[in-house]
Amino acid sequence: MTDQFEPTIIGFTCNWCSYRASDLAGTARMKYAPNVKLIRLMCSGRLDPTFVLRALSSGADGVMITGCHPGECHYIEQNYKALRRFLLLRRVLNGLGIEPERVKLVWASAAEGARFAAETTAFVEEIRKLGPLNWGKADDGPQATDHDQPSFAHGKEMEVPA
Amino acid sequence: MTAKPKFAMYWAASCGGCEIAVLNTHEKILDVDANFDVVFWPVAMDAKYKDVEAMEDGSILLTLFNGGIRNDENEHLAKLLRQKSKLLVAFGSCACEGCIPGLANLSPVGEIVHTAYNTITTDNPNEIYPRTSYDVPEGELHIPTLAKVLRPLEQVVDVDYFMPGCPPESHQIAAVIDLVIKVVKGEAELPPKGSVIGVGDSTVCDECPRARNVKMIKEFKRIQDIAPVDSELCLLEQGIPCNGPATRSGCNARCPGAGAQCIGCYGPAEGVMDYGARLITAFSSVIDATTPEEIDHILDGIPDPTGQVYRFNLAGSLLKANREAWKVK
Amino acid sequence: MTEKIGVYVCHCGSNIAGVVDVVDVANWAAEKLGHQGVVIARDYKFMCSSLGQELIEKDIKELGLTRVVVAACSPHLHEKTFRTAAKNAGLNPYLVELASIREQVSWVHTDKAVATAKSKAVVSGAVSRVIENRALDEIKVPINPNTLVVGGGIAGIQSALEIANAGFHVYLVEREPSIGGHMAQFDKTFPTLDCSACILTPRMVEAGTHPNITLLTWSEVVNVAGYVGNFNVTIKKKARFINEELCTGCGICQEKCPKKVIDDVYEAGLGYRKAVYTPFAQAVPNFPVMDKENCTYFEKGTCKACEKFCPTNAIDFNQQDELINIDVGNIVLATGYDLFDARRVSNYGYGRLPNVFTSLEFERLSNAAGPTSGNIVLRDGKTTPKSVGIIHCVGSRDRNFNNYCSVICCMQGLKFAHLVHERTGATVYNFYIDMRTAYKAYDEFYQRVLEEGTLFVRGKVAEVTDAARYSNERGKLIIQTEDTLAGKQRRIPVDMVILSSGLQPRKDAKEVGKLFGISCSMDGWFTEKHPKLDPVSTMTEGIYIVGCAQGPKDIPSSVAQGAAASARVLDKILQKEVALEPIKATVDQAKCSGCKICNGLCPFNAIAFIEDDKISYINPALCQGCGTCVAACPAGAISGTGFSNEQIIAQIDGLLLRNLEPAEA
Repeated sequence: MTDQFEPTIIGFTCNWCSYRASDLAGTARMKYAPNVKLIRLMCSGRLDPTFVLRALSSGADGVMITGCHPGECHYIEQNYKALRRFLLLRRVLNGLGIEPERVKLVWASAAEGARFAAETTAFVEEIRKLGPLNWGKADDGPQATDHDQPSFAHGKEMEVPA
Repeated sequence: MTAKPKFAMYWAASCGGCEIAVLNTHEKILDVDANFDVVFWPVAMDAKYKDVEAMEDGSILLTLFNGGIRNDENEHLAKLLRQKSKLLVAFGSCACEGCIPGLANLSPVGEIVHTAYNTITTDNPNEIYPRTSYDVPEGELHIPTLAKVLRPLEQVVDVDYFMPGCPPESHQIAAVIDLVIKVVKGEAELPPKGSVIGVGDSTVCDECPRARNVKMIKEFKRIQDIAPVDSELCLLEQGIPCNGPATRSGCNARCPGAGAQCIGCYGPAEGVMDYGARLITAFSSVIDATTPEEIDHILDGIPDPTGQVYRFNLAGSLLKANREAWKVK
Repeated sequence: MTEKIGVYVCHCGSNIAGVVDVVDVANWAAEKLGHQGVVIARDYKFMCSSLGQELIEKDIKELGLTRVVVAACSPHLHEKTFRTAAKNAGLNPYLVELASIREQVSWVHTDKAVATAKSKAVVSGAVSRVIENRALDEIKVPINPNTLVVGGGIAGIQSALEIANAGFHVYLVEREPSIGGHMAQFDKTFPTLDCSACILTPRMVEAGTHPNITLLTWSEVVNVAGYVGNFNVTIKKKARFINEELCTGCGICQEKCPKKVIDDVYEAGLGYRKAVYTPFAQAVPNFPVMDKENCTYFEKGTCKACEKFCPTNAIDFNQQDELINIDVGNIVLATGYDLFDARRVSNYGYGRLPNVFTSLEFERLSNAAGPTSGNIVLRDGKTTPKSVGIIHCVGSRDRNFNNYCSVICCMQGLKFAHLVHERTGATVYNFYIDMRTAYKAYDEFYQRVLEEGTLFVRGKVAEVTDAARYSNERGKLIIQTEDTLAGKQRRIPVDMVILSSGLQPRKDAKEVGKLFGISCSMDGWFTEKHPKLDPVSTMTEGIYIVGCAQGPKDIPSSVAQGAAASARVLDKILQKEVALEPIKATVDQAKCSGCKICNGLCPFNAIAFIEDDKISYINPALCQGCGTCVAACPAGAISGTGFSNEQIIAQIDGLLLRNLEPAEA
């Protein structure tokens, strides 16, 4: 192992398509990046944005949301609801200075083990490029800022003229 | 005659509206005076921090603390009042979840100072900024030091009760004062520690008089861009991003009742971990579109999604602040 | 800590232990997760073996475990095994959590240190989660013994007969005037060349006269409410304008009706029918229907020839559509397929070149009861072709149309080759990409057709044209194709071209799926619960799919599926009640604000709004447990068992190792 940054990623799968895709990737012994740890939900429609916020604020560098392809949802159309939430969630995250690319939505059918493996590896590389999010660590404490040594870019001359 | 229990109220990073709301309880305020010995309330009476510091620990029965923790003075008073009080109540949206001052967490502290001291509203050609300490002939002067981010009271000290609202509704304040008086007289029991008080069980829609149907909307619009707003129908159904579905009840749906959308000052419902997440699902659930392009087009109708879903709650949310604000060393 | 948790790490032989240090994982769990309540952590060669299960059962009994985590394979494989083991030991099965370290770790990673570290995180996530698991009990609901079968093709007929013969009542609903489906249009059936009508008609009659079958033809399902065991279905019985009580099926009305209409459905546009008609002589039921659009009386207000001549006064011009409401416990969908529209492959010239025929047209042409009495002739109705080209895979296995193989077209093309050869003596060419003759006696039939002298050209036909280049092509249809075996382009002039068109999902499959609460695949076929192990069930309990509605298939497979679904239905009926998975959403009435946001989210109509209380309510029997409403409720008033917020948040924290003691985190 080199000392390159190894992202920590939480992945959400649905029970019917994407988790089975990951099962299939396993059965077929496909190799992919180990950084994504999965949580199985019944449906991508179960994905509460709270889960993503919790993961990002607790030390994850990225979140991968997976589900059945549009039109193939085992609950008929619930993955569209996941899609809508995902698109609004990304906008909100953007406003909080989190690169929208840190949260990714991947559709994978139960037959797409190879796609699941490839998308996982690709996502890990994307997050590796973005670098650590470190949200959890920033949480350690908002130390007071010394105005005498401002870090903001705008102030040129801080001294009160004598 | 036994001494009356002691009462304190303090404002940290807040606007003063909470104090007005207390005064808006009208004659109920006399009950406070009749039943309590007001020992510390900067907005209403003169008192020195050293007087509070001199008090015995736990000697104040009830402290209503409003405002968030933005600087070291706020933090000092929060810790001090915690130490001196039996019951510390985070009073109002700022103390509970940051409120409008918490929106400053979207910007690094340097930008905040810059905005305050060097924008078109402030004529500062020499770019002179305040210093936290300065030597003058009489000695060293201090002004409070700003923290990187604003924190709700709970993130700094242990809090007994939370009373949200910007400000809390006066009828709710009156009810809480009544309850505490009853408790003092041994006629009632306090709710479990950590409870949110002076609120309803549900969300604003529960109290909202507007008619509701299953909602499917093709467009989000700002309320000022709709003419006329249907006065009887659910605002969200009209495409107005109303925060009512996710916002705790207790205000009698004041804003929607008056023709304006709820902006969320009462914070999340009981047991909700992140208020913004609830609004994200609420708004996305009513979108009538299936392709990413269509959905994005509809979402363009909410120009500031982060501000929309975290207007009052940012500092109390899971992520608390913009990443840039944390990064400041 | 009140919970006592047992952690069991499986070696799975070397499947897991070869890549993951299972002993280290178990020791780590015991040491680092002790504060979470882990009282025992073991590793074992095969946890799923009876000895492995006994190990867990013994610990539950002797150590008083209240939660169990098994780190082994995917929950889809052995979740049930370990839940049953827990149940046997007196622990509620839903207090067991599987942590997959095989499919999701050891089989997909190679670095031992990395795989072991990931396994620890996965176990940590499961331990944190299982603390939040709650004991759940299966929900039991009674089963109404009546069954609805939708679609009266061979699959639906078979299904209805099996259930009816077992002594239970069946409602068989068919959209067309008669049952029989596509099979009733065929002449011969491959590979045995039985006459289709000869083998189908007795089944149709049996279904039509069976005391346990209520036949509702010229009818469509318009609404489905309820859930497994307790469906309430509304059926629209379209007006026939014939009083079924009085009609004897004598056929005089058809004979006397002056209006001839091209029969697009049964005769595939090759023949005519009257405005009042039964689609074919053996129709079941044999009451005719009146085609309102084409009836002269409905058009012009005069005629009524049928009424004048009807000997039993059965004609009723005032008849209205009727809505019938029935209660059933199970529903079998046998809604069949549409034929691929060969016009879409414009280079094959169907619709433009008269002597290009579709497979269904050829079926009618070769049928003794068809418009030409079984004479295989060109579009002019009299010329017998001397050479015939049969093109396979029309619309199938083609990225421009349908990617899938339509299954039946090869055998259909071979059957056509045989019939043309037998009846006309013409030279027959079959153009195929691959010859697919799997299943019993199919390849033998191919050999037979080969021996009969049919010529086979392997290659995808590029074009069918009437533009002659050479004198021998004049007046002919020229098939331009690559011959991949000979390695050259060929032009073959023929008199007649038959397109072995593929099968397509019904045009309205999506809407029908929505009506019954089931989904379609990307291709548009109804999605089965499991493609191999549960091909006739769907995600919606109590709804079954059979025949081509599920995907292209031949008659034997359709019949087999019809029977298979009936076995599933009878199983449910005989159990008298059904246990539903307790993974359900519920609304906290005090917290619900009645905002109605969830009301539009449930595709199973499980969420109802109670106007009196102004709150939403979720019917547990209708709820399928997807959790979309749980995630959507802005008030946090909806909670979901099995996948609660608390469970998932705990699992996130556990996976991120936030659950370790502060010094470790």
